[in-house]
Amino acid sequence: MNAIKKLCTLLLLALLPGLAIASGAGVQLDKAPLSLQDQASLQRGAKLFTSRCLACHAASYMRYNRLHDIGMSDQQIKTELELPEDVKVGSTMQAAMDANSAKLAYGIAPPDLSVIARSRSADWLYTYMRSFYADENRSIGWNNTVFPDVGMPFVLADLQGEQVLAVEQHEGHERKKLVLKTPGSMQSAEYDGAIADLTNYLVFMGEPAKLVRYKIGWIVLGFLFILFLLLYSLKREIWRDLH
Amino acid sequence: MNLMNKLIGWIDARFPLVSTWKAHASEYYAPKNFNFWYFFGSLALLVLVIQIVSGIFLTMNYKPDALFAFASVEYIMRDVQWGWALRYIHSTGASMFFVVIYLHMFRGMMYGSYRQPRELLWIIGMIIYLALMAEAFMGYLLPWGQMSFWGAQVIVNLFSSVPFIGHDLAILIRGDFVVSDVTLNRFFALHVVAIPLVLVLIIVAHLVALHEVGSNNPDGVEIKKHKDVNGIPLDGIPFHPYYTVKDGVGAVVFLMIFCAIVFFAPEMGGYFIEDNNFVPANPMKTPEHIAPVWYFTPYYAILRAVPPLFGSQFPGVVAMGVATVAFFFLPWLDRGKVKSIRYRGTIYKAFLASFVVSFVGLGYLGLMPATETYTLISRILAIVYFAFFILMPWYTAIDKCKPEPDRVTSK
Repeated sequence: MNAIKKLCTLLLLALLPGLAIASGAGVQLDKAPLSLQDQASLQRGAKLFTSRCLACHAASYMRYNRLHDIGMSDQQIKTELELPEDVKVGSTMQAAMDANSAKLAYGIAPPDLSVIARSRSADWLYTYMRSFYADENRSIGWNNTVFPDVGMPFVLADLQGEQVLAVEQHEGHERKKLVLKTPGSMQSAEYDGAIADLTNYLVFMGEPAKLVRYKIGWIVLGFLFILFLLLYSLKREIWRDLH
Repeated sequence: MNLMNKLIGWIDARFPLVSTWKAHASEYYAPKNFNFWYFFGSLALLVLVIQIVSGIFLTMNYKPDALFAFASVEYIMRDVQWGWALRYIHSTGASMFFVVIYLHMFRGMMYGSYRQPRELLWIIGMIIYLALMAEAFMGYLLPWGQMSFWGAQVIVNLFSSVPFIGHDLAILIRGDFVVSDVTLNRFFALHVVAIPLVLVLIIVAHLVALHEVGSNNPDGVEIKKHKDVNGIPLDGIPFHPYYTVKDGVGAVVFLMIFCAIVFFAPEMGGYFIEDNNFVPANPMKTPEHIAPVWYFTPYYAILRAVPPLFGSQFPGVVAMGVATVAFFFLPWLDRGKVKSIRYRGTIYKAFLASFVVSFVGLGYLGLMPATETYTLISRILAIVYFAFFILMPWYTAIDKCKPEPDRVTSK
């Protein structure tokens, strides 16, 4: 028995490095302040998403009426998101610009954003949308510290303002830092809040079932626990006459 | 009750119902000293059922078409009632199948369950394992994400390194010059019909062989040596009700872990569902880092550890193949006087422990990019892995074993 215990310990020890897997080199990502319970934040994010992102990107697996899940009624979806007359609440979210002209304009078709939060991670998105800076070497005039040579022009510049990449001296060596040159219509904290809402919404849109799956999970585990108690006492009863 | 008896009598006159039930459950005698490790056989059967049932419902909504596959998975996640649960159950089931099977195999290695008279039982089990690998590999292509596509591309390319026939072999597998819609369609057919059919058949054969020779136990001694006047093993207890109810408890505990993953961490931090697989397959864009799913990574690490010969990856492919097939030969490599690790000497224990370390270590390294240090460690661990098999006839023979008990022990 001792040998088996030793083996198990060895096995667990060997597993440890696997648990501490690093996400790889790159830029330090800021932690996105997520709260899927915050319906007001999710709704603000949805509005920002439909008014800005949907101009070029689609979310073609996401139906407008799925926004019921974050507390929006059909009427709210139509009016607050300013749906065009010909778009039904049951339709999926299509881009205003068609993919071909987008490709002609930017050299690459803007990716579908339905599951972007799942492939990129919330922290990446939260940092990315706050890391654009003006760069005159780029034809689109913009660059990004998280996504170098990004294809997307900074469409939220009117909100955040214009950042530049400044080089500063820090403890003897150079460090690059984003500095706000011309302010936008939002204060810095206000803009971060708006991006937090948008990220929150993108996470919801990546997996709408996330809103219910934890709740159902607890019910399932509760049921299984009761079943375990019943079966375990049955097992003890049946095995009692042995030995 | 009388009516029930009549019905059973009617069936029994036409079909061996009662005798089958007796032979395989109520009068099938299993050793009474099964421990924790003996749950994994029945759990593997449970996962098989979970996979088949969830798979059937997924098939109702999935579209095996390169244009629609990715979208149909998202359709399942969003528009199909309980579709997200079905998908997560199936993806969790795939990984948990391997968790359970690896532990089941490790149990067999610890207690010498592959030894005479269970050699064929072990071999059938190994065929199941290979079929399961094929099933998992083909299933992983179906969501048609970047990792699905490039994972398949990498694995199929391994076959093209086979001398002379490699190129044609790879085309035969893909049905095309690259992984494409054609490949997706045939993998779907194989994943949904052909391999499950084979799996179920060989699992039945595995059980038939098991019930013919009887189960081994943690002491590695045969319970059939000591029988009472009725020919019933003294240390045996009827499978039903004793082990049906015990395995039932094990199944519920397992399901609690299973459901905790399904509902709270279905991606398992990117190990069960990789982040990159949420990007649709793009043949024009190779991902920076392609890693197979965790259950293939020990072999993938061995593949990468072997240096290419004349620019060909073939030696690595052979090493990988040998690493999987090596288990088949355990019954004849092991020359120990006892079966169970409980009565083996320190040499065997040390070799088994280092084998486990090499397997887990290679699994970890297979997930990592192949840096110089990692490749070096992979090489060392691959040598340890193969040494376990190659040196087995030697170290099991010289190992100092403790005397086996005559009867099974309770702890």
